[in-house]
Amino acid sequence: MTRSPHTRTTWIPRSTETAVHALLRALVEPGFFADGAVQTAAVLGGVVAVVAGLIGVFTVIRSQAFAGHALSDIGSAGGSSAYLIGLAPLWGFVGISVLAAAAMERIGVQRARGRDVATGIVLGVGFALASLFLYLGMTYHNGSGEIPTILFGSVFTLSSSDLPLVIGLGAVALLVALTLYRPLLLASVSPELAAARGVRVRLVGAAYLLALAITVALCDLTIGAILSTALLVGPAAAALRLTSRPHRAALLAAGISLACTWLGLLLAWDSFYWPPLRHGWPVSFFIVTLVLIVYLAAGALARGRHLRG
Amino acid sequence: MSDQPPTMLTQPQAATAARAGGGEKVLELAGVTVELGGRRILDDVAFSLRAGELTGLIGSNGAGKTTLLRVILGLLAPTAGSVTVNGPDARHSVGYVPQKFMLDPDLPVRARDLVALGIDGHRLGVPRPSRERRERVNRMLDAVGAGRFADARIGRLSGGEQQRVLIAHALINQPRLLLLDEPLANLDLRSAREVVDLLARIAREQRIAVMISAHEMNALLPVMDRVVYLADGRAACGRAEDVVRADVLSRLYGHRVEVIHVAGRVLVVAGEGDDAEPSHPHHLDPEEH
Repeated sequence: MTRSPHTRTTWIPRSTETAVHALLRALVEPGFFADGAVQTAAVLGGVVAVVAGLIGVFTVIRSQAFAGHALSDIGSAGGSSAYLIGLAPLWGFVGISVLAAAAMERIGVQRARGRDVATGIVLGVGFALASLFLYLGMTYHNGSGEIPTILFGSVFTLSSSDLPLVIGLGAVALLVALTLYRPLLLASVSPELAAARGVRVRLVGAAYLLALAITVALCDLTIGAILSTALLVGPAAAALRLTSRPHRAALLAAGISLACTWLGLLLAWDSFYWPPLRHGWPVSFFIVTLVLIVYLAAGALARGRHLRG
Repeated sequence: MSDQPPTMLTQPQAATAARAGGGEKVLELAGVTVELGGRRILDDVAFSLRAGELTGLIGSNGAGKTTLLRVILGLLAPTAGSVTVNGPDARHSVGYVPQKFMLDPDLPVRARDLVALGIDGHRLGVPRPSRERRERVNRMLDAVGAGRFADARIGRLSGGEQQRVLIAHALINQPRLLLLDEPLANLDLRSAREVVDLLARIAREQRIAVMISAHEMNALLPVMDRVVYLADGRAACGRAEDVVRADVLSRLYGHRVEVIHVAGRVLVVAGEGDDAEPSHPHHLDPEEH
């Protein structure tokens, strides 16, 4: 993550500098808001963060964090195969993620007993494919720079031409979740209760799995296949510690996710001037660490509230 | 329950007589037979439920109670026979409280959310909050005595409190038939008593048919108008005093059975020949023979 020195422009004119500005200048390295790559990253990362937060609440409620994690890890096979044949990585992430979700559904991810087995089998196959494609990619394209990008993401290298597809896919995932909101919530409380009311529980679960696969693919793009569950599950789990209302939890999770992503971008930008000088730290590290801090803080807050109440 | 009089079996009769006759038929089963994997789970079951009456569905574990409820709910098609729910919209004329299930204490669903899902949880889209909707939920919560913990997460409520919330969830759309699968299991005696009284009151006041499954009938005896007694997939139905009798149950089980009244309780035990330990009706489990 290197960037050209011409982006180092002074952000605030000296003449208007106040204490606030001085503080901001210490926090925000010059050029942050003016840089094109930052703007693209902020918009793309922001869209993905909001989708991940909203969808993640149901992932946590339905105890499908492992399935979500498997789908994201499998994304590395998709990303590497797309790289191998010269497609944009997002197509690879989405394609493999949706295929893997379908396979999990077939094996029986919705049954309490089959859940971990289905996820485990698909995860194993996914990693096998990933190791093959990454190897072939390295051999044929003679480059190893793509591998960390696929595994750990690289939001600053995204192009604004990715934006329509990211927004489109995010919209599909949100539309599915909003459409199924009530039956999904009811089935999450008790599948039997939902079935007795005429909800087609399996169909609803499969549709949600599709939304999950799409969301995970989007996270793969911004923070990488290995880390994407953190953005999916972390903010949602933190929000669920703080509120007992489903829709509030979803909105709060989206907010947490967005804040962590943007602050992570800012810190990564700042880290350009940290050792080793002129090599920024990975954005994904900052985002995931911030998510963890928020999660722990939410736990402390909830416990404090509990002790007082 | 030792405070109950020993002549308990006459009470349902009194309760039935006190009302101006049974209401209209809400549910009718005729010749219902269910075979699953070559095993006959239900065998020619026939009975009807009337509005305003409380019926106990009694049988030991594995007798077919849950299967029968699933057939009535339309979740399982019978191999033979017919199920008729009399109502404009059969599926939504039936309220259902499933067997005790584990609820995650962290599930972000408050008691009032679950009751609101009872109105339109099967519909697509997000709910639109309105004052009318909120008041309807509040009235329902108060009616089952759940107003006090309306804002608590359901997973953090006690078993008895959860039952009240689930009953409110099932009732809010004014079904004509309310089915409850083992609602008293895992409840302490006092909570069980309160839930039974609540269900009896609902049946009388709202004029709906209530059917409660239980493997142990004593908690239901004071309020039960009728009993559907299941053994080995076969059913005997009628008023409790007509069904819970040695001759009727012996025929149902296919071997000799004693009905013992002791300290206000009724015990159904295997007849002579077996060890005469009148401890538990489970003694009659077919698997144990």
